[in-house]
Amino acid sequence: MEPYISVMNVSHVYSNGVTAIKDVNLDIYDNEVVAILGSNGSGKTTLVKHFNGLLKPTKGKITIGGLSTKKERISKLSSLVGYVFQNPNHQTFLPKVSQELEYGCKNLNMSEEEIEERVNKAIELFELEDYLDENPFDLNSSQRKEVAMASIMAISPQVIVLDEPTTGQDHKGCERILHLVRMFRQHGHIVVLITHDMNLIGELNCRTVVMHQSEKVADDQADVVFADKGIMELAGLQPPQITSLTNKLPFLNNNKTYLTVESVLQSIKCNHKEEVKIATRT
Amino acid sequence: MLNNRKAIEVYGLNFQYPDTKESALKDINFSVDYGEILGIIGPTGAGKSTLAMCINGLVPQVIQGDLVGEVFVKGMDVNEGNVAKMSEHVGFVFQEPENQLSQMTVEEEVAFGIGNLGVPREQMEGRIKDALKQVGLTGFEKRSPLALSGGQQQRLAIASVLAMNPTILIMDEPTSMLDPKGKNEVYDVLKSLKERGMTGIIIDHEVERIAEYCDKVLVLSEGQIQMFGPPNEVFSKIEHLHQLTMHAPQVTECLHQFNEQFNKDVKLSTNVEESARFLENAYKSI
Repeated sequence: MEPYISVMNVSHVYSNGVTAIKDVNLDIYDNEVVAILGSNGSGKTTLVKHFNGLLKPTKGKITIGGLSTKKERISKLSSLVGYVFQNPNHQTFLPKVSQELEYGCKNLNMSEEEIEERVNKAIELFELEDYLDENPFDLNSSQRKEVAMASIMAISPQVIVLDEPTTGQDHKGCERILHLVRMFRQHGHIVVLITHDMNLIGELNCRTVVMHQSEKVADDQADVVFADKGIMELAGLQPPQITSLTNKLPFLNNNKTYLTVESVLQSIKCNHKEEVKIATRT
Repeated sequence: MLNNRKAIEVYGLNFQYPDTKESALKDINFSVDYGEILGIIGPTGAGKSTLAMCINGLVPQVIQGDLVGEVFVKGMDVNEGNVAKMSEHVGFVFQEPENQLSQMTVEEEVAFGIGNLGVPREQMEGRIKDALKQVGLTGFEKRSPLALSGGQQQRLAIASVLAMNPTILIMDEPTSMLDPKGKNEVYDVLKSLKERGMTGIIIDHEVERIAEYCDKVLVLSEGQIQMFGPPNEVFSKIEHLHQLTMHAPQVTECLHQFNEQFNKDVKLSTNVEESARFLENAYKSI
């Protein structure tokens, strides 16, 4: 299978001489959810800004759906890769929610019917019916974030990038983001998450790429990465609290890394059943 | 003399923003002792930031509206003085450090606030040195604030406030923009300030850290206090938290689910080691 995003030996040096990413190789396939982790300034955002052509590689090559980002126009690339910024205020500027939802599609010169169809789908998925005439700036921060995500969803790009989606969100907001990531995936999108939220990655247990000092230092499923103490320490990462708890519970299967409360309970139940079985047999 | 007054006392506080139908804060009563760290948690829109800004008078003096009730800091009525005067007693650190930083170098940044308070020049140097030391930024004096990492910037924002020698430090989601290492740096600063007797209020959504570092937790929802007490006590009322669309630390949730599924009554805890012990003992009994 061909990767949809292919990052081949890419480096990026900013005009001030700072190397932000160095010799990165990364292939992302259809229907994947990929989390990009690393400390502030490790190169996460620089890497992802290459996906929609906002940045071009200084060295190496990136292809999106087979197209080289060096040659394609940003307008083409942004129809393939949608970017939801950390701060929804940076991408919300029209007086009505309905206009905000149409804006991206209009810019891509879609027909009236197509715009209507796509916007309606986004309205339905995000349950925005009652908010269409509101000014986005009269909504609270989580609602504004939803509008920003719905506007990107309307464009229906193959790849949806979520930059720090749970920052400043309350518990309900974080659950909602988790639900949306799963929904994007169900609708056939690739989701790229830039995040510090270890609990979110724990819940998803998705593919996890760790950046450290401009280089890719790990790329594996979250439970494998979180179990690698060397990498976690190097990149200044901490697994979810539940992982620390399970490390202190010898009766659990310790070959496994637990990332969620549910998985721990599941395992306790299984263990218990096994022990009961053995006990009744003897 | 301070007599028996506490560091912060809030009585019958109600606040309503202009052109809104509902009060943002409703009949708030609580107090914080000297040397205590209070964590404020609650869903988005609960009134957490509004409450924090009532304590240094930003609400209603700068951010206006109708305020009823009384707020005392060190026994002084906050709204008898002005915000500038209060800033000698109450320091405030916001979510985004960049919004709070304005100077060319780290030491100028720390000098800025105390300069505005009219601290004499000969005292400034000592205060700057001391404040930077408290947050672990000694040696960074000549650096540009913009060249620091997120965690360092937030610590610099804290140092600028500390240089004003406040008795009380309020931090409104100070770690939400930071990576895990940066978050630890900020909480560690909070811990060492507590050891020096500082009184603090911190607003955060990360209940695991709130439970670990705070002496008391105040749960706010729709402008009302829902719970107020030590972390173990507050987070043990887990069903009430769930009703408020909130949750307890993961270890507490785990013990609670264990109880539910095996019909047990294991005591809930917010501490990892204690939870492991409780769970291990309970496992033997199922």
